[in-house]
Amino acid sequence: MGGSGNAYRWALAALGNQTRPAPLRLLKSTQQRAGICSILPLLRRGEDHNILDATSNKTLSVLPLIGYRLSSTHNFSSSSTQGEEIPKAKYIKKILIANRGEIACRVIKTAKKLGVRTVAVYSEGDRHAKHVTMADEAVFIGPALASASYLDGSKILATALATGADAIHPGYGFLSESSKFAELCKQKGVIFIGPPADAIRAMGDKSVAKSLMSAAGVPVVPGYHGEDQNPELLQAEANRISYPVLIKATQGGGGKGMRIVHNEADFLESLASAQRESQAAFGDSRVLIEKYISRPRHIEVQIFADKHGNAVHLNERDCSVQRRHQKIIEEAPAPNITPEFRQRIGQAAVDAAKAVGYVSAGTVEFIVDTISGDFYFMEMNTRLQVEHPVTEMVTGQDLVEWQIRVADGEALPLQQSEVKLMGHSFEARIYAENVPKGFLPAAGRLQHYSPPSASPTVRVETGVGEGDNVSVFYDPMIAKLVVWGRDRSAALTKLIDSLTKFQIAGLPTNIGFLKTLASHHAFAAGDVDTHFIDRFKTDLLPVTQSDSIHEPSLPKATQYGAALAAAASVIKSRQERPDGLNSIWSSGSGFRLNHLYTRMLHLDWRPESGDSTPLPVNLKLTYEKLGNILVEGDKVGKIAVTGKQLPGDGSNLRLNVEEKSVPVSLAQFSQGNTSHIHLWEGDHHHHFSVPVPVHDTDESQEHKKSSHGRHERHPAQGPGAVIAPMAGRVVKIFAANGTRVKKGDSILVLEAMKMEHVVKAPMEGVVKGAELEIGQQVTDSTVLFQIESWIHRV
Amino acid sequence: MAQILQRKSNQWSCYLREEWITSVYALIAPGLNEGSSSLGIPSLLHRNFVRGGRNLVPGAEASRSGSNGGNIAGDLDSKITTATRGYQYHAFRKYSSLYCKLGTFSRVGDLSSNHFLADLASAPTVHGVDIKKSFYNVFNSRRRNFMSMDHELNVLKDDVKTGSEIFVKNKKAMEELLLDLQQKVEKVRLGGGVKAVERHKSRKKYLPRERIDYLLDPGSPFLELSQLAGHELYTDDLPSGGIVTGIGSVHGRLCMFVANDPTVKGGTYYPITVKKHLRAQEIASQCNLPCIYLVDSGGANLPRQAEVFPDRDHFGRIFYNQARMSEEGIPQIALVLGSCTAGGAYVPAMADESVIVKGNGTIFLAGPPLVKAATGEEVSAEDLGGAALHCKISGVSDHFATDELHALAIGRKIVKNIHFAGITNRSSPSNVMSEESRDPLYSPDELHGIVPADARISYDIRSVIARIVDGSEFDEFKKLYGSTLVTGFARIMGQPVGIVGNNGILFTESALKGAHFIQLCAQRHIPLIFLQNITGFMVGSRSEASGIAKAGAKMVMAVACAKVPKITIVVGGSHGAGNYGMCGRAYSPNFLFMWPNARISVMGGAQAAGVLAQVERDKRRRDKTEWSEEEEEKFKEKVMQGYDREGHPYYASARLWDDGIIDPADTRRVLALCLSASLQTSPKETKYGVFRM
Repeated sequence: MGGSGNAYRWALAALGNQTRPAPLRLLKSTQQRAGICSILPLLRRGEDHNILDATSNKTLSVLPLIGYRLSSTHNFSSSSTQGEEIPKAKYIKKILIANRGEIACRVIKTAKKLGVRTVAVYSEGDRHAKHVTMADEAVFIGPALASASYLDGSKILATALATGADAIHPGYGFLSESSKFAELCKQKGVIFIGPPADAIRAMGDKSVAKSLMSAAGVPVVPGYHGEDQNPELLQAEANRISYPVLIKATQGGGGKGMRIVHNEADFLESLASAQRESQAAFGDSRVLIEKYISRPRHIEVQIFADKHGNAVHLNERDCSVQRRHQKIIEEAPAPNITPEFRQRIGQAAVDAAKAVGYVSAGTVEFIVDTISGDFYFMEMNTRLQVEHPVTEMVTGQDLVEWQIRVADGEALPLQQSEVKLMGHSFEARIYAENVPKGFLPAAGRLQHYSPPSASPTVRVETGVGEGDNVSVFYDPMIAKLVVWGRDRSAALTKLIDSLTKFQIAGLPTNIGFLKTLASHHAFAAGDVDTHFIDRFKTDLLPVTQSDSIHEPSLPKATQYGAALAAAASVIKSRQERPDGLNSIWSSGSGFRLNHLYTRMLHLDWRPESGDSTPLPVNLKLTYEKLGNILVEGDKVGKIAVTGKQLPGDGSNLRLNVEEKSVPVSLAQFSQGNTSHIHLWEGDHHHHFSVPVPVHDTDESQEHKKSSHGRHERHPAQGPGAVIAPMAGRVVKIFAANGTRVKKGDSILVLEAMKMEHVVKAPMEGVVKGAELEIGQQVTDSTVLFQIESWIHRV
Repeated sequence: MAQILQRKSNQWSCYLREEWITSVYALIAPGLNEGSSSLGIPSLLHRNFVRGGRNLVPGAEASRSGSNGGNIAGDLDSKITTATRGYQYHAFRKYSSLYCKLGTFSRVGDLSSNHFLADLASAPTVHGVDIKKSFYNVFNSRRRNFMSMDHELNVLKDDVKTGSEIFVKNKKAMEELLLDLQQKVEKVRLGGGVKAVERHKSRKKYLPRERIDYLLDPGSPFLELSQLAGHELYTDDLPSGGIVTGIGSVHGRLCMFVANDPTVKGGTYYPITVKKHLRAQEIASQCNLPCIYLVDSGGANLPRQAEVFPDRDHFGRIFYNQARMSEEGIPQIALVLGSCTAGGAYVPAMADESVIVKGNGTIFLAGPPLVKAATGEEVSAEDLGGAALHCKISGVSDHFATDELHALAIGRKIVKNIHFAGITNRSSPSNVMSEESRDPLYSPDELHGIVPADARISYDIRSVIARIVDGSEFDEFKKLYGSTLVTGFARIMGQPVGIVGNNGILFTESALKGAHFIQLCAQRHIPLIFLQNITGFMVGSRSEASGIAKAGAKMVMAVACAKVPKITIVVGGSHGAGNYGMCGRAYSPNFLFMWPNARISVMGGAQAAGVLAQVERDKRRRDKTEWSEEEEEKFKEKVMQGYDREGHPYYASARLWDDGIIDPADTRRVLALCLSASLQTSPKETKYGVFRM
């Protein structure tokens, strides 16, 4: 019988890998049952949680998770279905992962665990990426531009056929929600690990989805979308919807032609003004009316359905905290909701899935009115979500494994009643981005990358490592930090601690911001909604220099950090290598005859809060005997530091500072014309740079009046020079050289990742020196063009 | 060892451990009674352990099977480790003066490693060294393990009582000398006075030592030479002789730096300046070190031209040396950071590669005033010999620097690009044999209290050797013969060396032993270190009859001809022919340093006074003039004072009779730096002249 044979195969896979509890029931007929039972309590779930000691029962009491992990192992057999016979095409033995980055790595991990072979695909930009090296085989599929590689369905399918892959896992993004691709796979006989094309199509069209959901009894945001624009009818509809309502221009966007109406009396007046504005802006006065939700929360439900008509939900996630409409911190379960609400919203999600004949993992997103407690269907994501690990953490399941097994034709392993919810989990997304510059995406090299160490309660999902580049072509997410705790506050403590231990240098990240966010009292209280970051902007975002009234000054803690960084750097270089004489001259001992070596050190402080001018830090270092380093600074006085390098990659040191012993981590590297030094100490992450003198080495220039020997801190720039705010690609040029522009006129558009950024004229004048072409890549802080004030030229 | 363990399986290691425990027990016991100094213990214990292990090899499986058998882990490594740790545990129990708890020995196998480490942490350390580390080093050495015969028979024992009255007194005396030395060095480091320095800095110039610091690899050592040259030598104050020289690393390549100090008399060359410059070149030539000249000098000091210009070892020799070194492939690099007039102009001109700084650097044979006087031509210094002219038109300089830091940066690049120029060998036998560096067991700082405050009191040179060589291990050669000369092999930071040290007056046997040992080292290409504390050869009829002159000549012949790196440290007196036999300045050691307590003269002050008084008395007797006792005392006093002044390290250093005065505690490091510098050359074959037999 195909079903039990299949299950047996899984059981063997589980045994072989010792990573996943085998289905108990299936083993009744096998001789191995006794053996498997004895190891069952000891099995661990996957590499992500790899510290569960397979030989110690202690972990059971330490980690309540394991208890229900065991219970999650029933029923994975097609014999448990309602007798419907599913034609069994073939077993999945090889999967092509049509994705990159952390999700590709994530899928490969589970595939390895199951003994399924993997094929990675990669673009020009990913030649040395982690997912390429992790996979059993990897195939090059084209240029870095996603549309020519990861989005090229036919190429990927051809690769799958050529490598003999039975199935394609699309991950998230790229082709994951392409019904066309799913269709194509089906035609070519390759299993698409995801929902059927019809389901994708149905959920892909928002209005179709909404009417489908309405019909299935899933609550949708009440509204009026009709063609009849009779004001009285509109008012009647508004009354039906109940206030507050939102009047929106049908063609609308950017807030134009949008009005919030709080009561019936104001309706007509607001309607008229909205229509006027809409007419003026879009040449169309038509409007629609929707229920206005003033404090919305974004709560989504993970659902799972199999090919046998079973569907369960795996509890909800709260993803309310967003910036630029992208989630940055997700958690499961949602804070401050009742089990009854959970049951209702979960059921609604299952209904939604069933309504479209859904199969595999999906997420039904709801908007929840924090004031009324009502929830409305927003959309359904027909794929595995970025934030799926939080659900895995609180349910003890491996969703990718579920996906593969469901795709293989098996039934769901759990009934709804068997789905557990244990503890609390957070996910924080670590992005390469410039927080003070409005979360602009950043790109660059991970000069130093040291995540917190993984444990059963701390999981780091990433597709990069130290030395890798975060490219401008793809999403700038560096890693996902997932933590688990007994309850929300325990998990939050863990999250903040893990963020503190997450060390990245070489490009700006949002780690500091995430830490501030996670430490915020309102977040701790679970008082979240989608406007959270806006609401607490002043608490969360660093004050930029232009906003601050005070002259910038160097905090004492920073000078202390600089002192430690300098001492740590010296101590590191001082460790004489054991090859004695051969290294005695190159050791950083600073030995001098009959006196002590002192040197001045001038660093620039780079506050994490971004764009402000670096502040100078001046220190005096004395190399004392016996390895002491004496650091002097005007704010910190004299600090005597000793210490030693800890074993490992050499970035960790233990310093003895006066009477304290502190662990620090150090990263030193140069980028362009600047050397950088990062120090992590306690809760602080300090970043300093050393300006490298720029010499005009062109000797023929010497008669020109130029800035010889100047220590440059910034690239040469006149008052009208405009610098690229980020690395990106030029997609549009509005004003060529010689064009007269006014202050604030758009000059060109840069595209980085998914964002377009309009570069505007900083002053009135004439565009000069713009030597750019459409499609050209520019790097961070390239001078794009200059505006020469034409007033002065007259 | 591994074979045995594999063959014998579990019981072998049990047996080994237990038997070993017994042996340690037995061997420690006498130690307890003696109350021996804790310093000697680690090596003692180590030896015991090793011996125990070796003796027990035969008949291993015969007895005691089954004891402690259940506790053995399955793999080979852990067995060894356990045994090792257990052993160390004992060492530290002993250390912690828990002598009475011998009963714990039988439980060694049960000790958790944590327990062990806790004890380790509480154990006293010798000379701030991590004992744990030195143990592992000894034990993990490739060719030596607990089965071998290489136990530490050679570790020097030491009975120095750091608390004793005499030690404290000596230490105080030495520290006073050092303080005075450091103050003098501090003063010369300031250069030619506040005003001159200010004016210098206002031109965006750095002081010579700052320039060198910028050139060096960050934080790397710098061995400055002859810091006190010119000290009280002229009526003018001439800090460091107006020139800073020394050895340091640039991009990992050892270089000789020669930097004029323009704040001292405009950087002009006094006789001692020339001597110091030439000495630096001599070392560079001897050690194959690329030379970096930081030129900022007004040329020869005109009022003293007679002592600077004409002779062989005068100004012209600088350029001769440059030419000869360049010939030998030793890179010559000049950075023109200031004026470079007349003869000085040849430094960059003779260099292989040169850099000049815009604005500050000028090279010309005659400056604008002289040009105007000679030809009537009016021209600015920059146009006459500035950077632009020399880089673009004349080609006298190769690299154009926009400012001083730029010039120094270019200087580093030049060194980076010389590759292996000047290094004729990278695989001298002595380099190949070097092994891991281990600190001495005893703190070098204790040397301060060991050297007697009174120069007439002798002290054991072995207590000095014990504080400068790796692990205080010294394999003494001919220990029982000619015992006033101590000879033997040791390692300094992994480098094998032969050490010759004085333990009193040289006798015939001592001199013969010295000659023998020096030949041995020369044969094996082992560098020699001379620790001079010598009043001379023994005099008297018996000595003469034994042919002491002949024996001394043998030693001098050996020293003069041995073509291995030689480094001399004057740790006490350096008098008479002893100075020659012990590789004094005349025997061209690669380096010669003095301790602050050292004295150098043809004979000791008292002896000289005695001899001179004797001569004087004889003369008076002939002349029949009265010479009262009082007068004689006065006469002697004067002679003694003169000798003391002229034998003083400051006097010697001021005249470049040495390469500097060093803190005894720095001796090991200075020796290591010098050895490393000396080993940049290929080994040479030694040939001798005729030994008088």
